[in-house]
Amino acid sequence: MKLTLRVWRQQNAETPGAMATYEVDRISQDMSFLEMLDTLNEELILAGDEPVAFDHDCREGICGACSLVINGDAHGPERTTTCQLHMRSFQDGDTIDIEPWRASAFPVVKDLVVDRSAFDRIIQAGGYVSAPTGTAPDAHATPVPKPDADFAFEHAECIGCGACVAACPNGSAMLFTSAKVNHLNVLPQGAPERETRVLDMVATMDDEGFGGCTLTGECATACPKGIPLPSIAAMNKEWLRATRKVRR
Amino acid sequence: MPFGPSVVSMALATRTDRRPSMTRTLWDSSVGKKTIMAVSGLVMLGYLVAHMVGNLKIFFGPGEFDRYAHWLRTMGEPVLHYSWGLWLVRVVLVAAVVLHGVSAYQLSRRDIKARPTKYVHKRARTSYATRTMRWGGVILALFIVWHILDLTTGTVHSGGFQEGHPYQNVVDTFSTWYGNVIYIVAMLAMGLHVQHGFWSAAQTLGVGNATRDRVLKTLANLLAAVLTAGFVSVPVAVMTGLVS
Amino acid sequence: MADYTTYTTGEPVTDTKAPSGPVAERWNTRRFEAKLVNPANRRKHTVIVVGTGLAGGSAGATLAEQGYHVVQFCFQDSPRRAHSVAAQGGINAAKNYRNDGDSVHRLFYDTVKGGDFRARESNVHRLAEISVEIIDQCVAQGVPFAREYGGLLDNRSFGGVQVSRTFYARGQTGQQLLLGAYQALSRQIAAGNVEMHARTEMLDLIVVDGKARGIVARDLITGRIDTYFADAVVLASGGYGNVFYLSTNAMNSNATAIWRAHRRGAWFANPCFTQIHPTCIPRTGDHQSKLTLMSESLRNDGRIWVPKAKGDDRPAGEIPEDERDYYLERIYPAFGNLVPRDIASRAAKNVCDEGRGVGPGGQGVYLDFAEAIERMGRAEVEEKYGNLFDMYARITAEDPYETPMRIYPAVHYTMGGLWVDYDLQTTIPGLFAIGEANFSDHGANRLGASALMQGLADGYFVLPSTINDYLARNPHTDDLDADHPAVAEALAETEDRLSLLLAVDGDRTPDSFHRELGELMWEYCGMARTEQGLRKALERIPVIREEFWRRIKVPGTGEQLNQSLEKANRIVDYLELAELMCLDALHRAESCGGHFREESQTPEGEAARRDEEFSYAATWEFSATGEAPVLHKEDLVFEYVHPTQRSYA
Repeated sequence: MKLTLRVWRQQNAETPGAMATYEVDRISQDMSFLEMLDTLNEELILAGDEPVAFDHDCREGICGACSLVINGDAHGPERTTTCQLHMRSFQDGDTIDIEPWRASAFPVVKDLVVDRSAFDRIIQAGGYVSAPTGTAPDAHATPVPKPDADFAFEHAECIGCGACVAACPNGSAMLFTSAKVNHLNVLPQGAPERETRVLDMVATMDDEGFGGCTLTGECATACPKGIPLPSIAAMNKEWLRATRKVRR
Repeated sequence: MPFGPSVVSMALATRTDRRPSMTRTLWDSSVGKKTIMAVSGLVMLGYLVAHMVGNLKIFFGPGEFDRYAHWLRTMGEPVLHYSWGLWLVRVVLVAAVVLHGVSAYQLSRRDIKARPTKYVHKRARTSYATRTMRWGGVILALFIVWHILDLTTGTVHSGGFQEGHPYQNVVDTFSTWYGNVIYIVAMLAMGLHVQHGFWSAAQTLGVGNATRDRVLKTLANLLAAVLTAGFVSVPVAVMTGLVS
Repeated sequence: MADYTTYTTGEPVTDTKAPSGPVAERWNTRRFEAKLVNPANRRKHTVIVVGTGLAGGSAGATLAEQGYHVVQFCFQDSPRRAHSVAAQGGINAAKNYRNDGDSVHRLFYDTVKGGDFRARESNVHRLAEISVEIIDQCVAQGVPFAREYGGLLDNRSFGGVQVSRTFYARGQTGQQLLLGAYQALSRQIAAGNVEMHARTEMLDLIVVDGKARGIVARDLITGRIDTYFADAVVLASGGYGNVFYLSTNAMNSNATAIWRAHRRGAWFANPCFTQIHPTCIPRTGDHQSKLTLMSESLRNDGRIWVPKAKGDDRPAGEIPEDERDYYLERIYPAFGNLVPRDIASRAAKNVCDEGRGVGPGGQGVYLDFAEAIERMGRAEVEEKYGNLFDMYARITAEDPYETPMRIYPAVHYTMGGLWVDYDLQTTIPGLFAIGEANFSDHGANRLGASALMQGLADGYFVLPSTINDYLARNPHTDDLDADHPAVAEALAETEDRLSLLLAVDGDRTPDSFHRELGELMWEYCGMARTEQGLRKALERIPVIREEFWRRIKVPGTGEQLNQSLEKANRIVDYLELAELMCLDALHRAESCGGHFREESQTPEGEAARRDEEFSYAATWEFSATGEAPVLHKEDLVFEYVHPTQRSYA
């Protein structure tokens, strides 16, 4: 396949960026999208240019590092991560626009690399169970009903890639935040911190400059792990409950 | 510095200080503001349903319609003084409109700030109803102003506004082309606004979940359709001469 | 320069920290004998932890909970992305919740045997004991393990064992365990007890007066190279499988931290012990950048076969039952498709070498679920393996519900690593290595669901107990600054190395060298090794290394995010480590576990160990680049599990 790529190039956080156009040839249908970019980068290096910087690591769809907006879609046209997107999803002769995640809470670091540390700070605000090592009772001491365990797992699948924020017209992190709140709040282990967790995580989410939720549903459509949109409603419920119940 | 550069900002430790009041928490949080929008929106929605049902009385002739309008002022008597009931409703509505509008404005500003750079590759996102919430809201706000000046105070009324004769006033308004256009366009906007707004409010209030989603969406569509049809039926009736 | 293969043998190495006495008492004894640090004094101690995977994340969190000041590093943009996240299958624990005869002793026995008698009994027994606590700890953290309808935890059996002791979270056990550790770490970051440096890569170790006292690290965004000081340094930087270029490791997983530590005096044990995982998706072409593993839990229900006839290129569905060779079930009737990884991998290689492989290039075997779908129904197969099937379909564009999957072995895990004593301390006092970065518990082959167990055992329970002993004996001193000669030297060396990489301005990309090295290693130091092949590799590696320093091209500067520079710098270390791996493989003229020397096999073609000569951990001391290292042997003593030829027939 022969493709025209229009890629966002930006030297660093301070300098403005722009789209640059590249032609790539001999692209195989079996390549992953990132392998296609590898091919471009090999050519750029040999030509003495700087390769396109992009985040990637596991390349099997679980680490959450890769983060490209491809033709306006976070992670491209398929519901998966960019690393698991394959070139068979494109046609010979296509022009492909590649941009970084766009959100004020995710400033561009270079080219297609953005700073997602705001997500870490949301987790630090309460996305954990306070269970210091060594204090645990036997694993079978507290049975967890299977539906609750499944609900927790479904939300725990979030890989923290940020596609939800990238896809949301408001740059909102509600889906990310709700995934962790729901995972922990439904479990008996997470119950003692149920109220403070949701209040503090939502407050931090706001502080980090993410937008609000207008329930457009773009986040859930873009989510490679299929975190469902009702996850947000469930968190809202937790939040409202917490505003009434939290011990002041 | 013995241990190299330290972290730039110390993250928040578990908050041990006194938490702010519930009102403060609501007002300061994006989720809280959405809650305020949801509740105020539902209040207005409830009013719209009552208003629409009342409007339909126009099909029973001027006598019944005008009597109904008069009752709005006497409702609650003898506990309440004349027209206090109506004023109470008005106060609640104004509060709802203001809270809804201010929250919407503040949330919109936050949303726009959160996505300062747009994508180069544009594509249509989300449904029409969702995308038009903001402008639809503005249109509705302007409409409400015109609507009050037209049929409550009579300031911009087309014919000779007659206090206490709403039937005639309504017929006058809908006898002008612009009166019809403004009203019908606004009611369509209202329908779209209610369609996304009702479902959205349910999500914000945490009522939504995967199993209930279809019910909520159907209810939202039904509400939007019935309200739009109900309101629009009046100008249509005037135009077609069914009501004159 | 002396020939690299003419190494000398130095003093044997002994593990002076492991207590004697009954194996089941040793960990208790050690914990009691280890000195403690007064809780009030812990804040004064700084511990550097490099890496935030299962081992590093859990260690950082636990040390901070104990009151130490932890300074932690990861090269990823967030500690949550460490490659432990990709482990699919599960984690073992001797809970015996199934009442199927499991016990700490059986897990100990299975692991020693599974490692082909090249692991330490003391360490493995401790691992088996702690396995039980790990599950408790993770459940308390909210890790959503699979549960049954009664609300209790579900278990399954996993490659190579006959009891159900594996706890799992669908096909994402590693992710869930890692997030548990990450969340515990996040809590400590928020509390100010852990100073987290993401996107910061360790490039050298600072050793002062023979003790590990800090690291040199580069901020990957600004390019700034800084020194960080501490009272002890913990390396939790993972394995070195990326030497092979194509592996199931993450693209950025690398050996720099452990290799730089090795160069500074930490001995390296059993570098040739690499695990080739049998169930990976075959490669599709030269563009391949990495290989994707499919959880070996698939072998619980899938049946592995190839056509009986050579060169049979009919589609799988058209090959009748009696023309299929279910070779694992045929050769190993007792274990069938569940034989340990090394055996399954080698068997796949053998049938492909015979010309019976399937798919492009004949480098694949079928993993067939037709029988499972018929027996369990599609719904249940979907429930159990749905996400793996989806992943396979996405990568290959084939539907595994309709046509059998194609799989082929790939480099997955490295059992070798920095030599550590029972306290997990390397030969450099104050330098500890945990998780895959050390060599300790798996011997020559790792059993499925054991890596997660070891990483968490080291991080949550072992290191936090044993590091106290070192810190108690080495009170905190504030004597270091950037002007100290050892510090200045380490910093200057790092800066020079990076400057040189940028200055060469040659005509080959970093990836081209990495790929060349990887192909060489896979060919000669992969699934089957021969003296001739290893010698050939040992001749080639210095040539590639010389060419690397002549022709490497790294665009850009060092004062910015420069991913080419990062890569090139990692390859510098691979080019040295690869040489040591080949030497170790050459010197170990026996087959054991994942290390298969064609010269040493049974008449049936199985790995033949030579215990009289090789019942030791080969521990190498660095001399200089390209110069023969010194071999120190640590004799392995088996008091409880007596070495037998492994038999899975």
